[in-house]
Amino acid sequence: MTHLFPHTSSKWLGLALGFILVFLSFISSIVFGQTPISFGTALDALLHFDKDSTEHIIIATTRISRAVIAAVIGASLAIAGALLQALTRNPLASSDIFGINAGAVFFVVAAISFFSVSSLTHYMWIAFLGGGVATVMVYFLGTLGRDSLSPIKIVLAGAAITALFVALTQGLLVINQQNLEGVLFWLAGSVAGRTLDMLEPILPFMLVGWVIALLLGYPINILTSGEDVAKGLGQRTILVKTLMAVVVVFLAGGSVAVGGAIGFIGLIIPHIVRGLVGMDYRWIIPYCALFGASLLLLADVVARFIIMPQEMPIGVMTAIIGTPFFIYIARRGVNKG
Amino acid sequence: MSKYILFRNRSDSVSFQYEKKTMTVLTVLVILSLLLFLAGLSTGSEMIHPITIIKHLLGIGSGEYTFIIEILRLPRMIIAFMAGAALGVSGLILQGIIRNPLGSPDIIGITGGASFAAVVFITYFAGEVSIHWIPLAAITGAGIIAVLIYFLAWKKGVSPIRLVLVGIGMQAAMSSMITMMLVFGNDYSTPQAYVWLTGSVYGAHWEHVYSMLPWVLILIPLALFFSKTANAQELGDQVALGLGVRVQFHRFSLLFLSVALAGSAVAFAGGMGFVGLIAPHIARRLVGRSFGSLVLVSALIGGLIVFLADVVARTFFLPLDLPAGVFVSGIGAPFFIYLLYRNRHL
Repeated sequence: MTHLFPHTSSKWLGLALGFILVFLSFISSIVFGQTPISFGTALDALLHFDKDSTEHIIIATTRISRAVIAAVIGASLAIAGALLQALTRNPLASSDIFGINAGAVFFVVAAISFFSVSSLTHYMWIAFLGGGVATVMVYFLGTLGRDSLSPIKIVLAGAAITALFVALTQGLLVINQQNLEGVLFWLAGSVAGRTLDMLEPILPFMLVGWVIALLLGYPINILTSGEDVAKGLGQRTILVKTLMAVVVVFLAGGSVAVGGAIGFIGLIIPHIVRGLVGMDYRWIIPYCALFGASLLLLADVVARFIIMPQEMPIGVMTAIIGTPFFIYIARRGVNKG
Repeated sequence: MSKYILFRNRSDSVSFQYEKKTMTVLTVLVILSLLLFLAGLSTGSEMIHPITIIKHLLGIGSGEYTFIIEILRLPRMIIAFMAGAALGVSGLILQGIIRNPLGSPDIIGITGGASFAAVVFITYFAGEVSIHWIPLAAITGAGIIAVLIYFLAWKKGVSPIRLVLVGIGMQAAMSSMITMMLVFGNDYSTPQAYVWLTGSVYGAHWEHVYSMLPWVLILIPLALFFSKTANAQELGDQVALGLGVRVQFHRFSLLFLSVALAGSAVAFAGGMGFVGLIAPHIARRLVGRSFGSLVLVSALIGGLIVFLADVVARTFFLPLDLPAGVFVSGIGAPFFIYLLYRNRHL
């Protein structure tokens, strides 16, 4: 497979460029918006915060938290997507297509409706649970019958599970309409209006997830050369696969708890990254983190401008970017990695 | 006595072969539907004795229940039944085309397209244009998305796999567009749109019945007409070609039928999920795999599912009248998983 950075040195360079890209996206996320803020003011706000300046307050209360959350979610979703694609050997895999996001959403909505849960820490655990349940169900459905885990089967199983959870969520929201408004905006996927304390309980899990994903890079390389080969080389494939699935659930579930249903990041980014660095997962994972973060940051910036003065929910933005991409891969054929 | 009953015209251009078992199943289902219809007519916030209803229907009743029976309950039940039947057949056809038991109009984006169009309509035009135009909007939406899916999946012909994958992508896009419309909608349109999305036959009246009836009466027999080629398609493209089926043409026609059926159902009953998935599965368990028998049985089963869900939705939580879709998916979804598990070796 041809890719852009064939040598190790150029890969390091690419990684450095990735960091710069994230930094630039982060800055633009702070600077651009309904109230434009100059770069100097932004820097000023970070260094000497002034309580009386409106701009400083905007930066401190909304822009920074928004940018951090977008970056964390973007990175997590992209890594989750890369792991899922490796795990299922399916180029169309991503947590939203597989119903993991929908499962997390349903469990959270159910918890709000039935148990009046309102603390974010609880949301988080419930979202993890929902994501886990959905993963197990999709895996189970996708492996039933002959030619288990064929790409088409598992995508359909994911779509069916998504339909299931979406239908159930809709049912709950219709019965309990006073929750509808608030939940809807969260459902649409958004990184706005969230404070950093919302991220706090989840961040440790995500960080652990990232680290495990990075460490899994080499085992995944072996696993993708075929299950039999991996076993022959002495790999405990069950352990590696379980770890991958657990990391996916934590990353995707955590992202849903904070940002709602943001789709397609986990689908697009791993493909772009493979075009850059090839099939080596030791590189794919960190690249995914950087590019996922940048993409979501930039999508969030664009979402502020596209229908001024309202803001487009970011989940819609990523869907607009992601659908053509999904269809392109679907047309190219799922059997090519 | 043979195991089969043959229907054939002189030139053999139309020919059906039914197993006796199928006839038994069909008869039982029809009788069951009639009985349940009677039960459905008599239950509600005001209970009416079944005998009174029979009398009323025969035209010898006292006329005191005319309003409840003829205006409130009957059209609603008929719409529910027809929508379910249409969705059942639509799902059956799709499962045949894509050769996978997980096909259904709500998974490959057709319902999504219809829903998006309807939600746009409710959000932007509901105040100015009569709400009766929703069905037209929904059918148009379903049609546009179906055409889009078909062309995007086209690459020297349409393969089932590409069709499904492109459809799933479309469904994902549609669902986020729908969410966007809901978020931008106002306090009045959003809950209304949401109820519609869940699927509801509340407030159906005879006008709806008359406009939906032709769709069902034309499309379901057409599906029967195409059942021979559908049987062949299930065996794979090569085999079907060898049997003289014009695969691409028939795939297009069947897809068209499926979209039109789903579109008309969604138009009148909203985004009712899972009927298209479950009904064909139950039908297959009852009568095997011959497409011709499956069409009728799926239609009856689909109809019964939505019909029963609606009866439950309007009676169990009195005085609340919930959208039937909640129960269709609430009961349908777990049942669907069970069915998949049972049929795992098919």
